[in-house]
Amino acid sequence: MKKLSARRRHPLAALVVLLIALAATGGLYTAFAPADQAVADETAQTLTIEEGKKLYAVGCASCHGTGGQGTTDGPPLTGVGAAAVDFQVGTGRMPAQQPGAQVPKKKVIYSQAQIDQLAAYIASLGAGPEIPTENAYNPEGADIAEGGELFRTNCAQCHNFTGKGGALSEGKYAPTLEGVDPKHIYEAMQTGPQNMPSFPDTTLSEENKKDIIAYLEAVNGDDTVEPGGLSLGGLGPVSEGLFGWVFGLGTLIAVAVWVTARTAKAKKS
Amino acid sequence: MSSQEIPEENLPAEQGDAHGAVKVADEKNPFADPGLPPHEHRIQDIDERAAKRSERTVALLFTVSMLATIAFIAAYVAIPVDKAIYVWPIGHISALNFALGMTLGLALFCIGAGAVHWARTLMSDVEVADERHPIETSPEVRAQVHADFRAGAAESVIGRRKLIRNTMLGALAMVPLAGVVLLRDLGPLPGTSLRHTTWAKGKKLVNMNTMEPLRPSDVAVGSLTFAMPDGLDEHQHDFQKNIAKDALMIVRIQPDDIKDKRELEWSHEGIVAFSKICTHVGCPISLYEQQTHHVLCPCHQSTFDLADGGRVIFGPAGHALPQLRITVGEDGYLEAVSDFAEPVGPAFWERG
Amino acid sequence: MSTTTTTDARDSRAKAPAGERVADWADGRLGIYSLAKANMRKIFPDHWSFMLGEVALYSFIIIILTGVYLTLFFHPSMNEVEYHGPYVPLQGQLMSEAFNSTMYISFEVRGGLLIRQIHHWAALIFLAAMFVHMMRVFFTGAFRKPREVNWVFGFLLFVLGMFTGFTGYSLPDDLLSGTGVRFMEGAVLSVPIVGTYLSFFLFGGEFPGGDFVARFYSVHILLLPGIMLGLLVAHLILVLYHKHTQFAGPGKTNNNVVGMPLLPVYMAKAGGFFFLVFGVIAIISAIATINPIWSIGPYRPDQVSTGAQPDWYMGFSEGLIRVMPGWEINFWGHTLVLGVFIPLIIFPLVLVAIAVYPFIESWVTGDKREHHILDRPRNAPTRTAFGVAWITWYMVLLIGGGNDLWATHFHLSINAITWFVRIAFFVAPVIAFIITKRICLGLQRRDHDKVLHGRETGIIKRLPHGEFIEVHEPLSQEQLHTLTAHEQYKPAEIGPAVDENGVARKITRREKLRAKLSKGYYGEDSQIAKPTVEEYKEITSGHGHH
Repeated sequence: MKKLSARRRHPLAALVVLLIALAATGGLYTAFAPADQAVADETAQTLTIEEGKKLYAVGCASCHGTGGQGTTDGPPLTGVGAAAVDFQVGTGRMPAQQPGAQVPKKKVIYSQAQIDQLAAYIASLGAGPEIPTENAYNPEGADIAEGGELFRTNCAQCHNFTGKGGALSEGKYAPTLEGVDPKHIYEAMQTGPQNMPSFPDTTLSEENKKDIIAYLEAVNGDDTVEPGGLSLGGLGPVSEGLFGWVFGLGTLIAVAVWVTARTAKAKKS
Repeated sequence: MSSQEIPEENLPAEQGDAHGAVKVADEKNPFADPGLPPHEHRIQDIDERAAKRSERTVALLFTVSMLATIAFIAAYVAIPVDKAIYVWPIGHISALNFALGMTLGLALFCIGAGAVHWARTLMSDVEVADERHPIETSPEVRAQVHADFRAGAAESVIGRRKLIRNTMLGALAMVPLAGVVLLRDLGPLPGTSLRHTTWAKGKKLVNMNTMEPLRPSDVAVGSLTFAMPDGLDEHQHDFQKNIAKDALMIVRIQPDDIKDKRELEWSHEGIVAFSKICTHVGCPISLYEQQTHHVLCPCHQSTFDLADGGRVIFGPAGHALPQLRITVGEDGYLEAVSDFAEPVGPAFWERG
Repeated sequence: MSTTTTTDARDSRAKAPAGERVADWADGRLGIYSLAKANMRKIFPDHWSFMLGEVALYSFIIIILTGVYLTLFFHPSMNEVEYHGPYVPLQGQLMSEAFNSTMYISFEVRGGLLIRQIHHWAALIFLAAMFVHMMRVFFTGAFRKPREVNWVFGFLLFVLGMFTGFTGYSLPDDLLSGTGVRFMEGAVLSVPIVGTYLSFFLFGGEFPGGDFVARFYSVHILLLPGIMLGLLVAHLILVLYHKHTQFAGPGKTNNNVVGMPLLPVYMAKAGGFFFLVFGVIAIISAIATINPIWSIGPYRPDQVSTGAQPDWYMGFSEGLIRVMPGWEINFWGHTLVLGVFIPLIIFPLVLVAIAVYPFIESWVTGDKREHHILDRPRNAPTRTAFGVAWITWYMVLLIGGGNDLWATHFHLSINAITWFVRIAFFVAPVIAFIITKRICLGLQRRDHDKVLHGRETGIIKRLPHGEFIEVHEPLSQEQLHTLTAHEQYKPAEIGPAVDENGVARKITRREKLRAKLSKGYYGEDSQIAKPTVEEYKEITSGHGHH
């Protein structure tokens, strides 16, 4: 205790107290913040539209209307197709937790079988893009460089050079594409979720989509080589500038303090 | 502005005049400068063993530097330029870049660290006071220089022979114009080139992804397509210049949702073609939000409403996005009715 | 024979070391000894903040060294070629030779990537170090007479550094820098009357043309660095000539400089520091990517990425342009693009605001003496407050320049950030000014109490009658001197309204303004009178009695 009181006048004491306080508030917040509620229904069911309809009535109808006709809280789902359902529910965006500028990606709460049932039900309401087969989005053999050019023309303006995401107006944003399943990327291009425009096969061919997915795998995959070292989030000059100031100049100032500090004297005054 | 404007008493008293001589504590003035504190010895000054330790540390640092340089050369020779390694926590990186950078950094850093440690522990650390001398020269010298200058100027008769002075100044002022004129051929005159693009009556809209001409049925509501005029090719010499003005974004809006009458007129069944080049400073704007029909520029966040004639609704852009009037040709493909009605891209003085 | 005797004389002292003989030879031709006499034992005071300028100097040297290496491989040409290098995601793509050769440097020249990264990291650090160095000089008042000219040289170096950086950043002709150049073209176009012509001359025709890389190249490697080198040498000569400033302290006066001699201590420290700076930057370049043009891709005027920003030192101009409302005036067939032109005008004004400050201050104080003792920022509250207000202004604009990234990373609306910056542009500097001045005065008050009552020891003592007091430890004379060594001006008054003959004198507005400013600087509300010896004696003598 004596040690503590002696050090409380140390110049760094205020900083330490601040850090502890911050850590404590953060810890409390995470401890008490509402956790995502998993309401997954575990019972195994056959893949039928009827089952999908039941699921729909429980999880979706309150916003999208009992027959998918849409309400003020959610758009109509007639004709959006199975691919849209697979994307929205498969990435956890739906069911939405709360209204806001944009519905974020969350933990997925339905099993793939249930998602397929829901998709089948929605597809039965009106024709739309189907869930792609693996053959459609498997990037093997696609032209990575061509995909890069297509990505820069069609996608980079919102999702950044290598798919790290970016801001849109009024709090909306283009999410990062890192770690997103190729199937979901394909479906997003196909269906245009939320404010993202769609890129149907008539304007961005299946081949084009494969190229884009291949490019993303190449520049944003787990094994992507960043020759220069840390990619600093891949965000460009802002993060580079911060790094340069904090670690570059910061280190050099620390070194300068050492260079000019007085050498320890023999007798401590 | 001369110093006379400020009365002397407003200036603070001159600072003490001690030249760093060690003074005895002043009884009368406890704030007086006590002079440089006496020099205190470092451990290395009185303990030869500590000094030896310092010497060894410095030598070690220099040796590490030598080893690091050898490692640098070895890495340069041994590691292939395209080899990647995994380094925690950085990730997969170029082995050569990492090895060369670390060894070079170490080699340099150790030289510096050695030199500084040497200076800090073994070189004398007695503080010395050096006297300053006023920067200003003495009044005598100043008077002398002024006199010399006046004498020289008088001898040159420049003050008396006004004609010589004036013509010389004129000549000196004019001769740089030669240099300015020489810059003329840096580029052609603008003329009306900023007013025109490649678009013209009957030019088909070519999808930039598939390189196929677009049909109305290709463009779905909520989709986004980029197009360029038929006949433009990446390999052409002036492709960059042309695409900087020609690039289009095509979206389809339910005709009922289009608020601007002219926009609806210039569209084809709700298919509208807007310039992709922002009217602010020319970034390719294309962050299309399909639910609101707003497009946002990623560079400076100008926001345009594509359902309302490309009107600016936020940000620094000064005028609406130009729209290209389109129709469907006899063969069923989308085509331009004419060139843009106004210049595309950033505004300029002659734009009007 | 005379020759023989000379030889003999030489022989007699032939034991002189070789180095000395070389130096003698050089002295006979260059007169180096008179230079050496003045400078070899020159005194440099030690303080970490005095090393910031050195960080800048050394980064500049590193930039030149690595830059020369890069020119050996870089092709400043905009001819389109197809990429056939080892980087798969670009193979077969069309790109300019500039981009292609930068790819070659990054992927095929052994160590090329390292040198490129050192060059670019050193550039960021160079400008950051100049910025901090400039702020150090500002807040300690080191710009005062006789150093005003050197302040201007330093300022010019910072501005030229910004443009050298910008032109260098544009050379690889990648999608990010091309977007920056496009912005520059838009800004040039906005200039009334001549803008279109300037743009056509700059780019050799319509944007992007085929010339700007080559033109930027000669500006980047020759014109600007040449001017900077000249200014840098002048800057250093003046530092030597004026001798370094120092903080107040025992034995340190306005007429001396206390520290270690150039030879050997400072030479070892400064020389060693060069290697330390180079070493740190090399290690950073080994572990962190900068400007990965392979991810960014070659420039095409119809492509873009979100998060398009310039390097940090141009960030405040990006902020200006992002938050400006889109004003545009059309008249008589002409367009005045205020939405772009106003930021273009404010851009230099932001920089000039800090550059002219020393001259304003010297006008207000009317002080014509030399100043070699540095101020503690708290003892010049108005200056410090102005400096902090300026930095706040600059930072607000930097935030504006990165509004899209703040939006995504802090889950904010980009429109809200833009509005925040629009308002903060006017309000934040004022608030910063007021708060800083208050803090400075508070610190002055604390110094005042410390001098009079001693240092708070944190030890609590209980007196016999139960009262608790904190024990204050009296300061040593060194500390007393250091805390009271600063000067305090009195506010300048407007002279008498009548001259010595009793005739009413016209008081100019200039005079009034100056008196007002001077009051703002040195009036009662703007500084705490430092304790006098009398006050001190009264309190210390009374202390014993209680």
